[in-house]
Amino acid sequence: MIKAILIFNNHGKPRLIRFYQYFAEDMQQQIIRETFHLVSKRDDNVCNFLEGGSLIGGSDYKLIYRHYATLYFVFCVDSSESELGILDLIQVFVETLDKCFENVCELDLIFHMDKVHYILQEVVMGGMVLETNMNEIVAQVEVQNRMEKSELCNQN
Amino acid sequence: MALKIVKGSIDRMFDKNLQDLVRGIRNHKEDEAKYISTCIDEIKQELKQDNIAVKANAVCKLTYLQMLGYDVSWAAFNIVEVMSSSKFTYKRIGYLAASQCFHENTDVIMLTTNQIRKDLSSPNQYDTGVALTGLSCFVTPDLARDLANDIMTLMSHTKPYIRKKAVLIMYKVFLKYPESLRPAFPRLKEKLEDPDPGVQSAAVNVICELARRNPKNYLSLAPLFFKLMTSSTNNWVLIKIIKLFGALTPLEPRLGKKLIEPLTNLIHSTSAMSLLYECVNTVIAVLISLSSGMPNHSASIQLCVQKLRILIEDSDQNLKYLGLLAMSKILKTHPKSVQSHKDLILQCLDDKDESIRLRALDLLYGMVSKKNLMEIVKKLMIHVDKAEGTTYRDELLTKIIDICSQSNYQYITNFEWYISILVELTRLEGTRHGHLIASQMLDVAIRVKAIRVFAVAQMATLLDNAHLLTGNMQRNGICEVLYAAAWICGEFSEHLENPVQTLEAMLRPKVATLPGHIQAVYVQNAAKLFATILKNQEGNTDSTAAQETSQMMIDRLPLFVQSANLEVQERASCILQLVKYIQKLQQKDVEVAEEVSALFAGELNPVAPKAQKKVPVPEGLDLDAWINEPPSESESEDEQPKAIFTKEEPKHSRPRHTEVDEKELARRREARKQEQANNPFYIKASPSSQKVYQEAPGVEHIPVVQIDLSVPLKVPGLPMSDQYVKLEEERRQKERAEKKKKEKKKRKEKRSGRGKKHDSGPESEEDITPAHVVDIVTEEMPENALPSDDDDKDPNDPHKALDIDLDKPLADSEKLPVRSHRAAGAPKSSAEDGEAENATPQEPKKKSSKEKRDKKKDKERDRKRSKEEKKKKKHKHEEKEEDLLGGQAEEPVVQSEEMKEVEAQPTSTSAEVSDLDFWLSNAPVPSNTQEAATVAEAAPAPEAPAGTAADSEPEEPKDTETEESSSKHKKKKQKKEKEEKEKKKKKKHHHHHHHSDGGGEESVQNGTVEEEEPLPPMSNYCLLAENSYIKMMMEDADQVCDIQGNLQDGSQVVVSVIFENKSDSFLKSMEFNVLDSLNSKLQRPEGSGPHDGLTVPFQLPPGVSNEARFVFTVQSIVMPQKLKGTLTFIVKNEDSSTHEKLDFKLHFTCTSYLITTPCYSDAFAKLLESGDLKSSSVRLEGVNMPFHHLLARICFHHHFSVVERIDSCASMYSRSIQGHHVCLLVKTSGQTVSIDAKCDEPTLLGNVLDEIKQTFSQC
Repeated sequence: MIKAILIFNNHGKPRLIRFYQYFAEDMQQQIIRETFHLVSKRDDNVCNFLEGGSLIGGSDYKLIYRHYATLYFVFCVDSSESELGILDLIQVFVETLDKCFENVCELDLIFHMDKVHYILQEVVMGGMVLETNMNEIVAQVEVQNRMEKSELCNQN
Repeated sequence: MALKIVKGSIDRMFDKNLQDLVRGIRNHKEDEAKYISTCIDEIKQELKQDNIAVKANAVCKLTYLQMLGYDVSWAAFNIVEVMSSSKFTYKRIGYLAASQCFHENTDVIMLTTNQIRKDLSSPNQYDTGVALTGLSCFVTPDLARDLANDIMTLMSHTKPYIRKKAVLIMYKVFLKYPESLRPAFPRLKEKLEDPDPGVQSAAVNVICELARRNPKNYLSLAPLFFKLMTSSTNNWVLIKIIKLFGALTPLEPRLGKKLIEPLTNLIHSTSAMSLLYECVNTVIAVLISLSSGMPNHSASIQLCVQKLRILIEDSDQNLKYLGLLAMSKILKTHPKSVQSHKDLILQCLDDKDESIRLRALDLLYGMVSKKNLMEIVKKLMIHVDKAEGTTYRDELLTKIIDICSQSNYQYITNFEWYISILVELTRLEGTRHGHLIASQMLDVAIRVKAIRVFAVAQMATLLDNAHLLTGNMQRNGICEVLYAAAWICGEFSEHLENPVQTLEAMLRPKVATLPGHIQAVYVQNAAKLFATILKNQEGNTDSTAAQETSQMMIDRLPLFVQSANLEVQERASCILQLVKYIQKLQQKDVEVAEEVSALFAGELNPVAPKAQKKVPVPEGLDLDAWINEPPSESESEDEQPKAIFTKEEPKHSRPRHTEVDEKELARRREARKQEQANNPFYIKASPSSQKVYQEAPGVEHIPVVQIDLSVPLKVPGLPMSDQYVKLEEERRQKERAEKKKKEKKKRKEKRSGRGKKHDSGPESEEDITPAHVVDIVTEEMPENALPSDDDDKDPNDPHKALDIDLDKPLADSEKLPVRSHRAAGAPKSSAEDGEAENATPQEPKKKSSKEKRDKKKDKERDRKRSKEEKKKKKHKHEEKEEDLLGGQAEEPVVQSEEMKEVEAQPTSTSAEVSDLDFWLSNAPVPSNTQEAATVAEAAPAPEAPAGTAADSEPEEPKDTETEESSSKHKKKKQKKEKEEKEKKKKKKHHHHHHHSDGGGEESVQNGTVEEEEPLPPMSNYCLLAENSYIKMMMEDADQVCDIQGNLQDGSQVVVSVIFENKSDSFLKSMEFNVLDSLNSKLQRPEGSGPHDGLTVPFQLPPGVSNEARFVFTVQSIVMPQKLKGTLTFIVKNEDSSTHEKLDFKLHFTCTSYLITTPCYSDAFAKLLESGDLKSSSVRLEGVNMPFHHLLARICFHHHFSVVERIDSCASMYSRSIQGHHVCLLVKTSGQTVSIDAKCDEPTLLGNVLDEIKQTFSQC
């Protein structure tokens, strides 16, 4: 199970947060801060796994993250997930974002948080991996975007 | 209208959208909070508007603000509004917001049930998808219960996109509503072989999650997963399955053996690192499960270790990390194979990556030996000095202590070295682990007697230099070590070099700044020290020294007397008075040392941590029993003390005021002494305690051995552990040289195998003898301690509820709550609807999982019982079956069909179990086609009788499946046959339910809960009719409607019918019709003719069942009756659709008109006395069941309630829907049951009694 997915930038500003277990808002912010603190002090050439987030998880949980340019993508997972598998999944997710936004950059995530959520919903659902095939994900996202467009056109 | 829309869109042009909000926040960096609060005000305005687009926009912005940490729960209702928009665009926004901020306690969630249900059944798959995604994040137990059936239907949706989402969300549903697991599991299992890889992957995912928590229930799926593993090419699926096998192998070693080969192949063949890694992991798990006596698997271990070495050596840090992680798993069972890679692991300790260093640290635990411990710890100490962050340093500290103290200090050869390591560790600033070091110091000093002299010296230095440790006291955990230091110096003060100096150090004013509990120890141990000093000094001729010491105590102690800490204050003032008194005596030249030191004499022995828990309860002592009679509640407060204390010793209640005479006191003192002498925990005042200790069973006392003189005892200043490493090295060398000499001598005498070790290496494990034979005192345990080790699982774990046996056949009562509990025939009864809907969902809730477990137990016990009576029963049963097939009219034929159906289920599961055995025992995997072929051959024979039954249609696939299993069961071992017989027996309950149908819903155990023996499961649903397309199960005479309908003109009976689609086709346009009799009529909507059918308010996709209710009006209820009816429906295939029809008979028994009504015994007595009732009686012979079963049966099947029960006699009561009272007096003796009954309507009574008789004649 994936417990949480956090995306924040190099300064710890959240760009997307998705908890699959309930935490109150202030706790969520605290978790983001703690996670950022843990992740940000690590060099880029060290491993992508991290134990010891005290707020989220416990001994069974790990933080698995990737750092892309200005953004950290952090997944908090338990031992039923394959570590390398999740790393691949992050890659798939980022590549999907890249396809959907055409050369994704932090600004896309800043201004289109909702869209990023919709894409993520096609990858992970309720903490479980839903789809890992990028083409399938992109296809579903596009169909839904077209639906949205047509609905808005009809209205105007 | 049009104007409004235009206005709305113009409004929107001026509204901020999400992008504007983000931009605004970015432009207001300096006053962000203020800006956002104005934005929230705007949003509040927007939410008040009618335009859904504006609302959705506002909700979208709220979702963004939620990410920034703003609580947006106040808008929960608006979110629900947006969710229910018909437009996908807005719906999606609503669901997103809900998934981000709804949780179990959000109260508006209750309002969403119907909306979500609507969305789930939307024709647009994306509406459904969005609803599923949202629901997955905020599903509550209520939602799970209400929607389980809908979601289950979606698992068979035509679109794989929906199927995979529905499958995944089932996991969340199971967690919230465990009762749904069993009904839904068969379909979930089907999805493992879904043609769509995404759905398959989802199903694997869910089952893996389930199996991870309760692996034993999923063992029977192993063959299926094995097939998937060998056939799938999807790495995601493979990884999950392989992980699952890792969880299953510990339960079934044979599975492990089977797995090794394909896994090894995968390891060799795959290029995906993730898959390779998981394979290695599972192979390790297999090897662990096989660890004993499998020599031929050493190759596999080698392969794993070798692959892991490659991973660890890889430049990719991730692989390095994982390699170490997996290595630590091997370490537990095969430490030798890991130890050979020590070099690599030590190298990882120097890695720049903290995660990797931590993993390497874990491995070190298993790497150490007597030989290398010092070397490794030295390395770690260097790391400790270098470590910048406190977390890693703390981790290092605990690891050092772990490594050294593991298995009772097994690897420590030189405790002086260890003590000095501990002392060095105290120099760490800001560590949290002061108490850990302290407890190690205490432990070593107490348990290793030989080290005490050295330890005391070190501790004295520590106390002397306490100021170094206590630099910044408040946040410095390290001062905890002073606790240990003070205690050790006090307790073992006889070893102190300069006790006066230490005493002085302990009474320094600075001590008062230490935490209270440490000060308390200081004060107490200062007193001990004082006693020792007195003893030393009294021998001297000069008494001034002793008096000076007393004076110092008297001078310094008042500081502690003023302490704010109560403990410190109390101890200090006690000791102060004591010392003052001693001083007085000293001035009179009285020898006091002996008495003073007697205060602290005696040895403290270490007690095992669990000792207290393991003290056995002495025989004959019942801790729960009252010592005296408990005071009755009516007694007044004042009287209570008298009641509590016995008369013999009334004075006990006020011991302070009583004056017990001298004799009594002496006697008691003697008794106490006696008791203390026998009490191993009591610290004796006499030095003879040592002897007692020696005599204690199970504790070996090893004599203390002198310390090797080559090690200097006194080390000036703080110790450097390195010194000891050097010294130890020297010592070892010396030893080796000596050994060699001896060896040479020996070799001359004989050449034995012992010499081998010396050839292989310079020095092997066993050759290093500790510097001093360590006298490790075993921890004390109470005599005949209980060996049990109870580790409690977390009772709050949600997965505990999911520990459900999935192989057991589904009982009829195990149905997902169906949404349309609607009396189809009663259009007027909207209030009834509400009632029905309220009543039904609550019901499964009551049936907690615990109850379920009980039920399981019941069944098992039932099974056992029936095994005993197996033969008899079997005969009986066969007779019965013949009877039914031959004798009675058309109904029994249908029943036998049903029996087949029910029979098939248990068979198939036992087939599965034996399958697993078979699969595990045989090397080749049996191909499915072969199986099918043998099945096809065997099939016709058992099916023959069924062929004569209701249907002559060609067999549907589902039927063949059941045949498959029934034919297979012939091959089965005897044991399984036995099981089957009981199952057959169970079916018989089913069977007779048909005759005695009706009852209080599905709640199986009726009100009369008995302690004695659990009840067998009962169900009120019975088969109505069935053909190859559809199966109808009926529960008759549901009283739900009458509960609120007035009983006076109560003439309604509700029949619940479950329709189950058994075919592969879609069933629609179902019409239910009954030929009305004079007495009973089906209630039809107004305006329809008396012969029109009622439309069943749903359609049935393949494999789905649903329930509908029909209302009948009855005139007279005194006679049972039968109604003929038909069900017409359209079977729709992809290419064709046909009309089909199914006939059935509804059987209204008299008991179906009875309603379980509680009655108090006094009312019952009045009723009997009134004389309005006619009586009748009946005798039942050969009833072979416990009395409470009998009662439960009457209650359950005939809707009675027990008024009173005395031994083997009970009075029961029920009431008809028209208000007739029915009273029963049931008596039993042996196998005869007599029932005397009274009722104001003799015909009804007669019929009810007949029906009761029939119920029991069938047992």
